[in-house]
Amino acid sequence: MAGNRFNGYTDYGIGIGLRSPHYQHILSRKPVVDWFEIISENFMIDGGRPLHILDQILEQYKVVQHGVSMYFGSAEKPNREHLRRLKDLVKRTKTPWLSDHLCWGSVDGRYTHDLLPMPYTFEAARITAQKVREVRDFLEVPIAVENVSSYAEYHVSEMTEWEFLNEVVERADCGILLDVNNIYVSSRNHGFDPFTYVNSVPAERVAQIHIAGHSKFEKYILDTHDHPVIDPVWKLYERAVQRAGHTATLLEWDDSIPSFQEVHREALKANRFLADTALRIAV
Amino acid sequence: MNLANLQRAVARAVMQPLTPSEHMRRNAPGGGRMSAYAARFIKPNDRLTSLERLEIYNRQYWFRLLTSMAEDFPGLRAILGGSRFESMCKAYLTERPSRSFTLRNLGSHLESWLRQNREWIRNKRVLALDMVRLEWADIEAFDGRAEPALRTEDLGEIARANLNLRIQPYVQLLKLHYPVDDLLLEVKEGGDEGADRASNAFQERRKRSKVRAIAELRRAQIFLAVHRLDFSVYFRRIEPEEFALLNALRNGKSVECAIELAFRKSAIPAADRAASVQHSFQTWAALGWFCRPEKNMRGEKSREKRA
Repeated sequence: MAGNRFNGYTDYGIGIGLRSPHYQHILSRKPVVDWFEIISENFMIDGGRPLHILDQILEQYKVVQHGVSMYFGSAEKPNREHLRRLKDLVKRTKTPWLSDHLCWGSVDGRYTHDLLPMPYTFEAARITAQKVREVRDFLEVPIAVENVSSYAEYHVSEMTEWEFLNEVVERADCGILLDVNNIYVSSRNHGFDPFTYVNSVPAERVAQIHIAGHSKFEKYILDTHDHPVIDPVWKLYERAVQRAGHTATLLEWDDSIPSFQEVHREALKANRFLADTALRIAV
Repeated sequence: MNLANLQRAVARAVMQPLTPSEHMRRNAPGGGRMSAYAARFIKPNDRLTSLERLEIYNRQYWFRLLTSMAEDFPGLRAILGGSRFESMCKAYLTERPSRSFTLRNLGSHLESWLRQNREWIRNKRVLALDMVRLEWADIEAFDGRAEPALRTEDLGEIARANLNLRIQPYVQLLKLHYPVDDLLLEVKEGGDEGADRASNAFQERRKRSKVRAIAELRRAQIFLAVHRLDFSVYFRRIEPEEFALLNALRNGKSVECAIELAFRKSAIPAADRAASVQHSFQTWAALGWFCRPEKNMRGEKSREKRA
């Protein structure tokens, strides 16, 4: 299941997030990397160095866009200026699919700049799915929604998080960016079995997988993207690729960013699970 | 409660300022106990109360926004001091919450807000406003739009036709009352060096140096073009006549009209003005500051001629 209609039938392998501390290394050393994921908002600008760097990266590497502020789950309509700029960027990068989070973060035009958890209700699923469809129709590119880490749950929820995810993606007919670190973080914060989550996701809709590290506090775990991936998260990843097959995988490392080589080495650890998957398919 | 109302209620709590000890306020928006407010929406678990779970988002919101403001306005932070700067940012963001999808625009209303809320800048009003304008110009120049630049040889044709010459959108023109360009460079240099050095003593010396630089700054009018070259932002001091000329061009005046306006009150002898203008235009063209007149401008011009 290398490619599917939610990732443009691509087979992208293992990528890492494109981050500014690595620009110089990437442009001067041209390391072999399957693909880079960019944060769309960092490049939804009019000009200057970020776009110049991006154009150089695009000359040599495959790039996929990942957003942080579409807020599919916000009750309000999509921001037209946001969509216009995002479409300009989609044309520039020719991203085969585009991802953003299954969350909300804006109310009445005011932005929290955070990934706030959804109430898992049928009303929210309907509104969110409608917005995903509107965005996809405007951008004309497959959309994958990412499950977020969360630290709170609502009384009004009518289903589990994975049931909500399934409800949204079925209604929207969109893909999933399955973040196994986020599943682990939320499972610890809310006390559910993370394997139940992974096993419940429609494998045929998984367009991409995220892996990352996190930070443990006394009473909860915070999704900080500032550590290597821990073994329990690798185990979830292993299960995810057993189900979804050889899937585009990306390591997120956003804070206390080490050298390019260290980040890339950590990402390439995913190969041992992907290789097993390939072997199983061959047998 | 429907989705929109739930999100409004949660957002009100998340965006409410923290206490001085960086915790969630005990009073809810609109009155009542925050613990009761949070319990209406958020489930507790075996480790955290509803309020504690909501507090995680409340703290994340403010930490993220305050970090972004400190990164964007290091000069203003140096002028006001860290504590006052943070209090000012909390007041600003409470009154003017972000209405953009990107944190890049968080400070877009700071200058106008400070003009209406002068108590935050008190005896440093002019200096602080100068710095905010410079720091916002820095952001705009960094990623503003660039049009294909005109070459020096293109300028003659445009001047002869007396057309409107456009200034690159990313070039920011500032008239300032203090040499805050030097101060900002000093502050940024200190920040960059400090980031590589863990020594507290070094950081303390740097802080004292910044404070001294601010205390010693004397009022002196400057004219500045904040621009970029090879994708790096530069602060270029320009003469008053150059500032007036560039501003006039930006405002749509023809080259001839802009030159006339620029030298209206100039002390430069009339005999030297042509050479001065020529030198300025050559420099600006070399820096890529000029771009072609918009097509409709040409159209309007030709219509005027026909009339």
